[in-house]
Amino acid sequence: MALAEARIGEEEMGPFSRVHVTINGKAYDAEVETRTLLVHFIRETVGLTGTHIGCDTTNCGACTVLLEGKPVKSCTILAVQVDGRSIQTVEGLESGGKLHPIQEAFIEEHGLQCGFCTPGMMMTSVALLEKNPHPTEAQIRRAISGNLCRCTGYVNIVKAVEHAAKTMSAPSGGGKA
Amino acid sequence: MIPPRFEYYAPASIDEAVKVLDRFGGEAKVLAGGQSLLPVMKLRLAEPKALVDLNRIPELAFIREDDKHLRIGAMTRTNDLLDSQLLKERYPIFQDAAFDIADPIVRNMGTVGGNVSHGDPANDLPACMLALEALYLVKGPKSSRTIPAKEFYQDTFVTVLEPNEILVEIHVPKARAREGAAYVKLEKRVGDFPMVGVAARLALDAAGTVEHAGLGLTAVGPTALKAVEAEKHLVGKKADEAAFEKAAERAEAIALPTSDLRGPADYKKSMVRVLARRALRLARDRAGGGA
Repeated sequence: MALAEARIGEEEMGPFSRVHVTINGKAYDAEVETRTLLVHFIRETVGLTGTHIGCDTTNCGACTVLLEGKPVKSCTILAVQVDGRSIQTVEGLESGGKLHPIQEAFIEEHGLQCGFCTPGMMMTSVALLEKNPHPTEAQIRRAISGNLCRCTGYVNIVKAVEHAAKTMSAPSGGGKA
Repeated sequence: MIPPRFEYYAPASIDEAVKVLDRFGGEAKVLAGGQSLLPVMKLRLAEPKALVDLNRIPELAFIREDDKHLRIGAMTRTNDLLDSQLLKERYPIFQDAAFDIADPIVRNMGTVGGNVSHGDPANDLPACMLALEALYLVKGPKSSRTIPAKEFYQDTFVTVLEPNEILVEIHVPKARAREGAAYVKLEKRVGDFPMVGVAARLALDAAGTVEHAGLGLTAVGPTALKAVEAEKHLVGKKADEAAFEKAAERAEAIALPTSDLRGPADYKKSMVRVLARRALRLARDRAGGGA
């Protein structure tokens, strides 16, 4: 039945599109099915599995990545839509073996329990701190309101973002995004 | 979930986009922010043959004011409404509405044009556009036309937009002196649809009498609703609690909410009255009308 299966397979392959995209500063170029979602492109085509798939319905924010610096939910964008654009994923936070201050802060403040929401939480937080280096607690809570933590560990997540805001604005500098 | 197969077009101009739509004769869909379209495609509730992506037409994203209108490009992102200094100072109703649309991340993709043209009665901007008497500028293969918001919505997810037409711009009559508008809504949690939303606009004369009133309702009917009788009641009256109460009752009278997980119909109906009063008060305060 290999033949029949192959025929079914062929039928199910859609139109293809070429996608050139810069992820974490590195250029990628691949031909994928046009209907490929960005999150699958990142995880399966490129192999960066730090970006998680949670609800797959634009609710949970586990798949949050930065598109030209702004957080977006990669389960609800087509890979072909980011052709020629620049993406940052959680893997792009660390540089030269040194963790990003937001990563240090999540460790320091115990900002994660199971860790599933963490990549998305951190990407959203990095974008927040870029736009507003000294957010209030209310602003932090509001900024992460599209990222769900099902362990409900929000108290420490908020503390972690506050911690990162301090270290990133310290004169000696905790580094920059 | 992966969407069904489709052909993808990312034209560089509106004319080209309209041509592609026209060629598919109703079988293609416009992809703006994609935050409603892609989810329904994943669920197979929509299976368009082709997507026409407007994201490569940068001139569709702008917010500016000319002699007569506030003009908002269809591809303006929801978060851009929040960031706009012009809207903050002169049209705070858009800040009210955008503040609670979806969630902060979805708002980076979701567009104003998508929100108003999708035809979802639970979207927040249609009620605002009805209250503000906005006009939708639409381009088709042969010509452009301007459709008043109040003539645009026919039924749930059904608008007068032809399959080969694209909403390109929204024109809101320029805010005059002594004019104010506001949007108030009830929502259970971030990212959820509203239970009820009410948009109000009031233009007052120097004595505080209502010269013009607009009232739009979200999520309490097959489309966003314009509370015409309530508007009529307000015109010529002093912008006070008595007038607001009567107008709010008239707004409640046209609401046809359904019971669902967000609340029973009679509760939602009562909330129309409560929110209408609140929205009218806020609009009056913004118009500089005092209490």
